Amino acid sequence: MKKNKSLLLSGPYIAWMVIFTLIPLCVVLFYALTDVDTGAFSFGNIENLVLYLPAFWRSILYSVVSALICLVIGYPVAYYMAHCRPTAQRFLYMLVMLPMCMSFLLRTLAWVGLLQDTGIINNFLEMLGLPRLSLIRTPGAVILGMVYNYLPYMILPLYAIIVKIDNRLIEAAEDLGCNSIQVFARVVLPLSMPGILSGVTMVFVPAVSTFYISNKLGSTDIVLIGDIIERQFKQGDNANMGAALSLLLMVLVFVCTGIMNRFGSDEEGGVLV
Amino acid sequence: MSKELIRLQDLVMEFNGERILDGINLYFNDHEFLTLLGPSGCGKTTTLRIIGGFLTPTSGRVLFDGKCINDVPPYERQINTVFQRYALFPHLDVYDNIAFGLKVAKLPKAEVHERVHQILEVVGLQGFEHRKIDSLSGGQQQRVAIARALVNRPKVLLLDEPLAALDLRLRKDMQNELKRIQQAMGITFIYVTHDQEEALSMSDTVVVMDKGRIQQIGKPEDIYNEPKNAFVADFIGESNILDGVMLADYKVKFFGRTFKCLDAGFEPNEPVDVVIRPEDIDFVAPEEGHLVGTVTAVTFKGLNYDIIVDFKGFKWLIQTTDFQPVGASVGIRLNPEDIHIMHKSEYSGMFGDYSSYSAEYDELTEDAGDEEE
Repeated sequence: MKKNKSLLLSGPYIAWMVIFTLIPLCVVLFYALTDVDTGAFSFGNIENLVLYLPAFWRSILYSVVSALICLVIGYPVAYYMAHCRPTAQRFLYMLVMLPMCMSFLLRTLAWVGLLQDTGIINNFLEMLGLPRLSLIRTPGAVILGMVYNYLPYMILPLYAIIVKIDNRLIEAAEDLGCNSIQVFARVVLPLSMPGILSGVTMVFVPAVSTFYISNKLGSTDIVLIGDIIERQFKQGDNANMGAALSLLLMVLVFVCTGIMNRFGSDEEGGVLV
Repeated sequence: MSKELIRLQDLVMEFNGERILDGINLYFNDHEFLTLLGPSGCGKTTTLRIIGGFLTPTSGRVLFDGKCINDVPPYERQINTVFQRYALFPHLDVYDNIAFGLKVAKLPKAEVHERVHQILEVVGLQGFEHRKIDSLSGGQQQRVAIARALVNRPKVLLLDEPLAALDLRLRKDMQNELKRIQQAMGITFIYVTHDQEEALSMSDTVVVMDKGRIQQIGKPEDIYNEPKNAFVADFIGESNILDGVMLADYKVKFFGRTFKCLDAGFEPNEPVDVVIRPEDIDFVAPEEGHLVGTVTAVTFKGLNYDIIVDFKGFKWLIQTTDFQPVGASVGIRLNPEDIHIMHKSEYSGMFGDYSSYSAEYDELTEDAGDEEE
């Protein structure tokens, strides 16, 4: 009886999932395995994926680097937040969320305005009599864009986990001979592992498939897989190739999150994907 | 046996202007089982946390082996703690929880292994090495917490209401177990509880605390038989506390009658509190009684009946196996050894009247789950 009721309630979403996720996925699979000209079954697209491997590696490299930078920046912030007074916690939480309320496109375009050769930063440098820097169209600019955009996705899950760590466990560790560094290494860090894993996942997954950031902040030779997929659909008119690329990207994301979940398999509670 | 190990000198603790500890002076001997006993909010946990190094007193000193350790952080003290609700590490299994302190101290692997197994035997958890913490029952977690502290062979073990979360039966077993472990390991236990029975049955010395002050220090028997004031008399066991006047040595007057007693050393005609333990009173026929009253309530308690008797408007609790129905007229006789005299204190008149008998019992049981910060 109870089971039937919950099925009834979750029915609409399940239907939605089937219609708008599962079926489209099958369509993607179908496109990926058919030839662009003849429409016949073919492994041609899959074989051609080799051509795009450098872009794949670049995407993974950039998003891994971004995720790590987010972790290094985000962990202390989350830790600090979790140890503030409740009112300060709410304020900081809002502050972290705030950029997410602003349009993603606008945020990225704002960085263009800041970084470009005649942008705000360079104008400021010139005012100080310093030479202009070429900031935009560099790998650094792309990674900066990723870090800026996805940092909240790192801080929030970390904060949620760290704030729940029982202070008595920290006292217990001190009682058993740990100085503050040992307390961190032996208790706080292992206990924040679920937060680290979900934070890294939540930064990595959107970063690896992004196209807009590299498009605006990267140079023409910094092509990420997201850009290529976009081009296949919008300019190249090769939806079949685009489908194959998307499929590979999906597999890659699965593999990466799978590896990370493996890391955390000792910990209780899974990773939020 | 009686070498002094820890001394607290004029400890004062204030939080946000509120005085939690008000001049605590206390010493702890080596190998002693000492219990800090008091209601929640009396400052017992605060005292323990100061000894553990988790709080720094507002003023006063903590001496360990004669040296002031006020500024020594917890991890450098030869003291370990069994925390309220255990505070076991959820990310480690039983073995790693217990080995935690030894690994931090960088002991050789073989020794860690040996000591962990040794202590598992002491607490009766052989074969549980690789169990996860959340798969253990309350009693087992409790044993792990004790083992985790004891394995470091501290000079002093602090126990903060370690049995509060266990059910009655298990609590009794663990009380015996703790006493056995303390004697076997020969270390000082400083035990915090609000459960007077627990305190009396386990301790060498009981320190009764209230309102941040020590009310009485003594052996369990002395605390029970010779309470210093109305608070102690009421908190340790049940007591009927009456207003009386000490006429002379060994002579006390209350309820308009003069009784012989065993107490001396009071001022002539000094107003005093008279304590009569409910289990010391025996019924006699009304015409033979020193006092005659009417039974107003009877509760069956298993071992005995709790009978409330109204003597001239003042209600006494009498614990007896001798059943009397409600409404019966009963007499009681008081022997000199049944009467205990105390000086008047700030607690006089606050306790020892059983007019609101049932409410008081409820309050006591409610306290059991309280946690002190």
